[in-house]
Amino acid sequence: MSALLEVRGVSKVFPIGGVLSGRQMRAVDDVSFSVGEAGPEIFTIIGESGSGKTTLARMILGLEHPTSGDIIFEGQPVTHPNRALRLKFMGKVQPVFQNPFEAFNPLKRVDGYLASTARQFLGLRDAASIDAAMDGALQKVGLSLAEVKGRYPHELSGGQLQRVAIARALIPNPSLLIADEPVSMVDASLRMAIVNLLRDLRDNFGVCVIYITHDLATAYYISDRLVIMQRGLIVEMGVARQILDAPQHPYSRLLKASVLSPETFGGAALAPPPDLDASSLATSASPAGALVVQADGRAVRLPSS
Amino acid sequence: MTDILSVQDLKAYYLMNYFGVRREVRAVDGVTLSIGRNEVYGIAGESSSGKTSLIKVLAAAIRPPLRIVGGSALYRFTTGDIDIARASRDELDAIRWRNLSYIMQGSMSVLNPLRKVGRIFEDFASRPLGLSGAAFRQRVAQHLERLKLNPNIMNAYPHELSGGMRQRVTIGLATVCNPEFIIADEPTTALDVVVQKDVLGLIKDLQTSMGSSIIFVTHDMAVHANIADRIGIIYAGRLVEEAPTKTLFTAPKHPYTAHLVASLPRIGDTGQRPALEGRPPNLADPPAGCRFHPRCPLVIDKCKTEVPPLETVGPGQRSACWRWRDVQPIAPQRPRVMETVK
Repeated sequence: MSALLEVRGVSKVFPIGGVLSGRQMRAVDDVSFSVGEAGPEIFTIIGESGSGKTTLARMILGLEHPTSGDIIFEGQPVTHPNRALRLKFMGKVQPVFQNPFEAFNPLKRVDGYLASTARQFLGLRDAASIDAAMDGALQKVGLSLAEVKGRYPHELSGGQLQRVAIARALIPNPSLLIADEPVSMVDASLRMAIVNLLRDLRDNFGVCVIYITHDLATAYYISDRLVIMQRGLIVEMGVARQILDAPQHPYSRLLKASVLSPETFGGAALAPPPDLDASSLATSASPAGALVVQADGRAVRLPSS
Repeated sequence: MTDILSVQDLKAYYLMNYFGVRREVRAVDGVTLSIGRNEVYGIAGESSSGKTSLIKVLAAAIRPPLRIVGGSALYRFTTGDIDIARASRDELDAIRWRNLSYIMQGSMSVLNPLRKVGRIFEDFASRPLGLSGAAFRQRVAQHLERLKLNPNIMNAYPHELSGGMRQRVTIGLATVCNPEFIIADEPTTALDVVVQKDVLGLIKDLQTSMGSSIIFVTHDMAVHANIADRIGIIYAGRLVEEAPTKTLFTAPKHPYTAHLVASLPRIGDTGQRPALEGRPPNLADPPAGCRFHPRCPLVIDKCKTEVPPLETVGPGQRSACWRWRDVQPIAPQRPRVMETVK
């Protein structure tokens, strides 16, 4: 089986300042990976703010065009010459955004979004089959149409609304879901419901998920493979548990050392790790070197000697 | 008496009366707690649980429609006692920043984008410190160095600084007057993990060196575990459990706390994490009896009608649950066998 999504040497360069300033920022720099080669998986992209994760997601969704490189979805590039092809692509790749309260218009009923998605992508016209499609998608996320029908966004909790957002994304039966920090705005008691849901989607409905986050604990919990990004570059890539159990790149090690565990009490864990200079690593320029595949299958960016 | 703050049965409601329709939202409903000197007290709770309303009251930043309906919040500062519920405006102005300060969440909305950092420090701290001109700038420069910031940033605008630096500046504003009591409202929520740890370490260092007390509000239990000495859990406007940090994590005595602790994912552990069903209650129309009962796995008939009192259940531990004796820490469900992925 060929990969569902292939990202080949993608870079995105934004100009900084005026047109004439000539300064550039490489938001995403020569990123390559593939998703879904061995069936449905949860592929996680981890990185600090400003590491290019969201730009990468926008490029995969076709909202932003790469400066160089190709993004291939099911054998087709994601830049579409016409609207019909674009709509077909949108039916297969669906986004879930960070803040559900911003994703929905507060003045519209949430079931309206579900209905228009069903009309647009499934070509349904009669009310009964639209309702059936909506109910089917809502059942997958543990809700039902009866709970949601006629409700406005403020009448639902953050966790429920995020589940409605995921249900909306599931209506066209996509093969790839791109979830950009889907739990960072959701309360702790509801967060695991969303994370467990993403896992169910992979296991029971065969949906690939690209999970973008800076939370290493939930990434460890659900993902199969992951990449760690710093300043637009991939610094480490491979099987999620392998990497998070024993990260090799200095930045990955710093990330892991920075995760606060509920098992450590008192201020001792807040001291910076002795062998890693956090401030110099965090402010250094782009990490240099090339991605080298290690014996255990992971790729690590090693400094060029 | 060593407590710097004692809150007795504090009630603060949002009282609204528009076009003859009266509504009251009981955001803080009978909270009793006390905080010792040199202590970090963590407050945890989900959004709309009333934790922000509580700290607004404690910070004396009360604006209608939020009103204190009953109870008291008594600070014992070295300069004198003051009860927030009864103090006059002038009395509050005298303690603000000097004795009582506030670290806010969004650093970008605290810092005026049109003023340089040095000017912002002047706006906040010049009057409480009673300094001006070169003496004031020198004091601020010293303080910035303590925060591991270059004093030159006094000439920078907020947008020129990174998110972590801006958050350090807001912490700097709150601590430049060496206050005795600091209220920190989600100071690290908007930061990524590396910067978050750095900023938390800084807050802890400052707290230790100044000997201040901190109320630290966040919904991230992992942050609480690492910074707080004691933690209070707020649910729907009421304090439902309070315990020393370690006790709270290892032997919670309220079903809600047990769930909060159990739902934390940890690196190195892939057991299925339970998620709490149901939604947080609407504070304008809270459930009768114990407010957690619609979501509680241990619910009995008594919970639906009678409000459980916050009673002492162990050394330093209080819980508001009729069945606290039956609460067990929740272990992760079945360890999950992961299929190997190429």
